[in-house]
This record gives sequence, structure tokens and C-alpha cells, in this order.
Amino acid sequence: MKRAKRFEVLDQRPVNKDGYISEWPEKGFVAMKSPYDPTPSVVVENGRIIELDGKKREDFDFIDQFIADYAIDVDQAEQSMKLSSLEIARRIVDIHVTRKDILKIASGITPAKMTEVLNYLNVVELMMGMQKMRARRVPGNQAHITNLKDDPVQIAADAAEGALRGFAEEETTMGVARYAPLSAMALLIGSQAGRPGVLTQCSAEEATELELGIRGLTTYAETLSVYGTEKVFIDGDDTPYSKAFLNSAYASRGLKVRFTSGSGSEVLMGNSEKKSMLYLECRCLYMTKGAGSQGIQNGSVSCIGVTGAVPAGIREILSENLVAALLGLECASSNDQSFSNSDMRRTARTMLQFLPGTDFIFSGYAAEPNYDNMFAGSNFDAEDFDDYNVLQRDMQVDGGLRPVREEDVIRVRNKAARAVQAVFKYLGLSPVTDEQVELVTYAHGSKDTPGRDVTADLMAAEDVLKRGITGLDVVRALYESGFEDLAESVLNMLKQRVAGDYMQTAAILDRGFHVMSGINTPNDYMGPGTGYRVEGERWEEIKNIPHMIDPRDI
Amino acid sequence: MQFSEELVRKITDEVMAQLRAQDLASQSVSPLAGRERVNEKKTDYSGYPRAAKGSDPKEVVIGVGAAFQREIKKTICGISLDDVLANVKAGIEEEGMVSRVVKILDTSDVCFMALEAAKLSGSGIGIGIQSKGTTVIHQKDLYPLSNLELFPQAPLMNLETYRGIGRNAGKYVKGEQVVPIPCTNDPMSRPKYQVKAALMHIAETEQLDPEVGAIEWEG
Repeated sequence: MKRAKRFEVLDQRPVNKDGYISEWPEKGFVAMKSPYDPTPSVVVENGRIIELDGKKREDFDFIDQFIADYAIDVDQAEQSMKLSSLEIARRIVDIHVTRKDILKIASGITPAKMTEVLNYLNVVELMMGMQKMRARRVPGNQAHITNLKDDPVQIAADAAEGALRGFAEEETTMGVARYAPLSAMALLIGSQAGRPGVLTQCSAEEATELELGIRGLTTYAETLSVYGTEKVFIDGDDTPYSKAFLNSAYASRGLKVRFTSGSGSEVLMGNSEKKSMLYLECRCLYMTKGAGSQGIQNGSVSCIGVTGAVPAGIREILSENLVAALLGLECASSNDQSFSNSDMRRTARTMLQFLPGTDFIFSGYAAEPNYDNMFAGSNFDAEDFDDYNVLQRDMQVDGGLRPVREEDVIRVRNKAARAVQAVFKYLGLSPVTDEQVELVTYAHGSKDTPGRDVTADLMAAEDVLKRGITGLDVVRALYESGFEDLAESVLNMLKQRVAGDYMQTAAILDRGFHVMSGINTPNDYMGPGTGYRVEGERWEEIKNIPHMIDPRDI
Repeated sequence: MQFSEELVRKITDEVMAQLRAQDLASQSVSPLAGRERVNEKKTDYSGYPRAAKGSDPKEVVIGVGAAFQREIKKTICGISLDDVLANVKAGIEEEGMVSRVVKILDTSDVCFMALEAAKLSGSGIGIGIQSKGTTVIHQKDLYPLSNLELFPQAPLMNLETYRGIGRNAGKYVKGEQVVPIPCTNDPMSRPKYQVKAALMHIAETEQLDPEVGAIEWEG
């Protein structure tokens, strides 16, 4: 065929470099609804659920049983299930029905019913639902802080800059897993250099992550994964019960935790039981609730290449986020993984969480260039900071970030790098040279920094674990090295674990270490004239971007 | 507007019936709907020798995926699996160690595959390689989801990386301080490859045969 020039141009567009697949329910490639999804039902007998979504108790798998026993309010079930799914969907977008009333209804419906309800909502209605159902009054944002070299000095500097830019939580991970103790320590120190009160975590293998948390080198945890089919759980050597147990292990030490799930994972692992992605994700969210977690990171997350490839995949992702909110969970709503070559497509996808606001719009905005993002690339990265700030200003929306001045960024990056240098020296870990501090201070990414002595770093990392170094040792090292303010901030972060208030749903801390959660600052949106509005000081801050025309220069 | 419960239920049933009808309609236009497997046939490994536990302290066991060199002959980015295996083995030999290849039929999870290989290995060091190319170096006494080195981005692998993996595995056996192979990262490999990765993993998973477990595959 002779090719039309327009089609040749279109074929080269970034959006056509993305992967797409048609629906294939037998293998789970179906977003909102599979012909194999169960029909909603519940039967309660003697205060116990004996039938769930068409399955009798004796036929339950361990996920059904966990959900029936721990995730559905038995006293509410029959009443909620009597309401039609359409009626529940309508109430979700009805500004006259309170968030509290919706939470009550949702506490008694089954996963299949929830799937049916969400199928009635289009994306605008889903956003309306999210605006009302988000747990915390003010939306928040979370950063990924990583680099290709696992360089702890760069982690600290990027964490400081990220904190200054407004992120309430910061998460790191490693290319080489054994770097974890140094990464966690650097993130903890760096974050406090940018803005006191920022929470930090280190995504690692579960036992390591727990140990770092117990030692006070991290201040929250997020990587407790749940899956929507029994087989995928078993392949990971896990059950909902083991996850609940791990959750309590964190809770026993006063650490904030959220679970992680997301559509597409069961497809990617080859065990979707022919169900829709939304139904399987509903099961994950019910387990999360049943395990007593205050929140979830979800929205396909790292499997968005699969969910984003099927029809209505992006609608499904917002649906998952809303289900989390409907179950009363904190929702860190993904946007944390690159999924499209098209700038239009990736921006449009993020608007679905950005416009209504979620507890954390990104559960990992790459606060470094994406080539340094060790979660394999986020949907937005450090090079998009100004775009993001302008989007907030254009639409008068609080996306959790703010414009910053270059001199302030240089100052906090330098302080963080010097603090890590001092702490490593005090604790006898691998050395950090003055040259490295200088280069990292002004760096954009790891291409601008000298390499580390990896062998020495890995020995130091092992040493941190062997010697039992804790958050308190970091406090001491900072104090003795002349960083008294950072020492106090890190100590204040450790104190949170004794007070425990920041374990409440959707908690973040302000710079005075005051908790803002869905409990003490709940979302009170009920239509125009209510709820959180971008105004006052915060609006002035968002308005004030660099690169504005100064009439005096003309 | 007020809705009686009955009216709402009626509307719901009607809409749901329509939705179901639409599902059936969409099934017939989707070219994939109705198919149960990627490959219709399942290979029978019951006649193969079961993988034995090695005793040679110089041994590194390579555990390959269920579809390796059979249903799947190339990695996700098109490298021949024969060449992948040859390079990993060459790397191990360069360090003066010996390799043995087993096929893992219990699991298609690369961490568990690698751990199983490590447990079968005389040295306690093992390598897991999925047919799509994802690779892990593991040690028998580590947690399953921990590892010595993990190469999660299969589309970025080349034969030199596979040789380096063999070499590093050999060095771990000798107890040397090993410099891990530097990470590579391409944020745009997810949009391009994740669907393909899912399909390859499904093709691998449907070849599993836990009754047979692990078999001696080569060498």
C-alpha cells in the first residue's frame, strides 16, 4: 500500500510507542468488568458471613475468608447490600450525602458490589467522589529520592530539596539492595535539612525494611504488598494473615505503615483467575482494611504498563483510588511510574488525581531526573517541577508542591550533604570527600557526581547493621558534629513513634511536628463553599512562580 | 427526586443486563477473548532426571524458567536464550568455577527460582533466569525476596551483562568482595515492554509442573 504522509507522521508520535492490547478476560486483560466477575451477594448467619459474592463459606479461598471475617461490617452488611449499586453510586457524587454516611454504607458492601458501584461512575464522577471521600482535608504529595549510583550523599541532597519543595513524605530504594542502611540514614538526615517533619521510608525486602524501621532509620513503611488472587500470594510465600502480622509488627514499634497493591500485578504474574482488574484490586483493598492498615498505595503502581494498555485502564486506576477512599483508607494514589512516551497522555492521567486531590497525589514523584529513578521511572520527574508548579497556578489547585528559590535549594542541598559527611565520619563509615559534597550540592543527577567506592560503602552498610546503629546514634552524631537543629528534628521524628498520633489515617507532620490526619483534620467537602480551598498564604505561595514578566524591565 | 427501592432495583437490573450484553458483544470483537492459554501445548517433563543437590564447592547452579529454550527461545529484547546461557556459563568458568543448569518447574518467580538454584548448588550460590531475560543472583541462606544482585529490567540486558553476571556469581563463590554490576535504567521500557513481559510470563507460568519440581537441564 502506498503510505499516506499523515499516517506516517502519526505513526511516529510518542503515543504510538506505548504498548496496547485488546481485552482478554481469560488472562485478566480487562479493566473495569470481566464476564467472569462474581455477582454480588452476602448471607450472614449467627453474626458470621457464610456466603460472599456467590461463594459458600466452605468454598472460600483464604482471601474470601479474610475479607468475610475482618473486612466487612457484618452488622451493616445486609442493610448496605439492600441498596442498589446505582443508588450507592449516586450517593457518592451527591454533595448532600456526607463522607461519613458513605463510609458507613461502604463498610457493609462486598468486593463484587463495590466493583459494580464503580462501574456506574464515569471519570468526572469518580473525581467528584474522590474530592469528597479523600481522608485528609488538605491533599499531599510524596517523592521518590533515588539515584543510579545509590549515592547516599545525593540521596540526602535530593531529599533536602524535595522537602523544601513541599513533599510531605519521601521514599527511597536501591539498585544494589545491600545499600539500604546507608540510603535510609541519608534520606532521614536530608529530609530534615529541607523541612522538619517530613516522613521517610526505604523500600527494601520486607525483613530488612522492618529492621530499618525498628531501628528508627525510617519513619514510615509502605512496601507491604497484597495481591488479589490466592495463587499470587502463595507464589510470594505470603497470606493476608502474614501481612496483617507484619503490619502489627510495625504498629508495635509505633511506625506509620501503609500497604501497597495495584491492578495488573495478578495479570503480570499470570494468575488473574479471569477476573477484572478492578474486582481483584477491590479484594486487595478489603484485605488491607481487614489487616488493620490505615492506608494504601494503589493505582496500578508498577504494573501500569498492563492496566494502561487495556481499554478504560486509566479510568480503572482512578476507580481503585476511590475504592480505597470509600473504605476509609489513606490513599497514596500512584502516578509514580512512567507509563507513556506521550507527554499529553502522562499529564492527562495525573489530572485525575491532581484535580480532586488525594492524600498523596503521587506515591512517588521522581525528585531527581528519571534516569536516576530506581523505581524504574516515575510519571513526573525533577525536570517537570516547573510544569507542575504552573499547573497548580493555572488551575488554582493544591498539588502539594511550591515554587522555590535557587539559592535556598543550594543552601539546603549543601547542608544535607555536609551533614551526611559528618555523620558518616562520626560513625566511622565510608568517607565522603569535600569534593563530593560540592559536586552533589550543585548536581542535577548522578551524571554530575563522582562515583562512590562501592565496596567501602557496602562494607559500611553491613557495619551499620552489625553494630546495631539506630536513629538515636544518628541524633548523637549530628549533635556532636555541630548540626544541633538537624539532631533535634531527627529526635522529634523518633518521638512521634512514642506518641503514636501519626499512625492515624493519612497523617503527615507540619514543620512544628504537629500531626495533620484524617482524624483531626478530616476532609469536610460537601460541594461549593465547603471543604479545602486554595486561598490565603498558600495561594500566594503557588502564584509566585519564577520566570514572570516584570513590567519594570520593559 | 425520590427513588423507591424497588424502582432502583428495576433500573439496576435493566442496566446490568445491558452491561452483560455489551460484555458478550465485546467478547466477540476482541481477537483474544475466549482463549485460555498462550501456547496450546504443555511440555511433559516427567521423564527428565530430577535436579540433584550438588556437592562441589565450586559449583554455581543456573535455574532457568519453565519455557526456557522450548516455548520461548529469545529474551524480551530478542537475545537468543542459547547465547544468554552460553555467556553466563562462560563468565562462571572465567572465575575458575563450574556451572550446572537446571530447569525450575515449581515457580516462575525469578527470586524463588534463583533461591531454589542456590539451594541445589554445591557452593550455595545460584542464578535464576526467566525466559524473558530477568535475572537474579542468590545465596541459599538469604530471604527469598532478598538477593545478591537483581537485574529487573530485562529489556536493557545484553550478552556482556550476562557474562558479567556469571563472573560475579563465580566471585561470590570465592568469597571475594564483589563490585555489583552497575545498574541501568530506562524509564520508557515499561510502556514499551510491560504487556510483552506479562504475556511472556503467562507463557512461562503455564508450563509449570510443580509435581516434577526441578530437572537437570543441561551440563
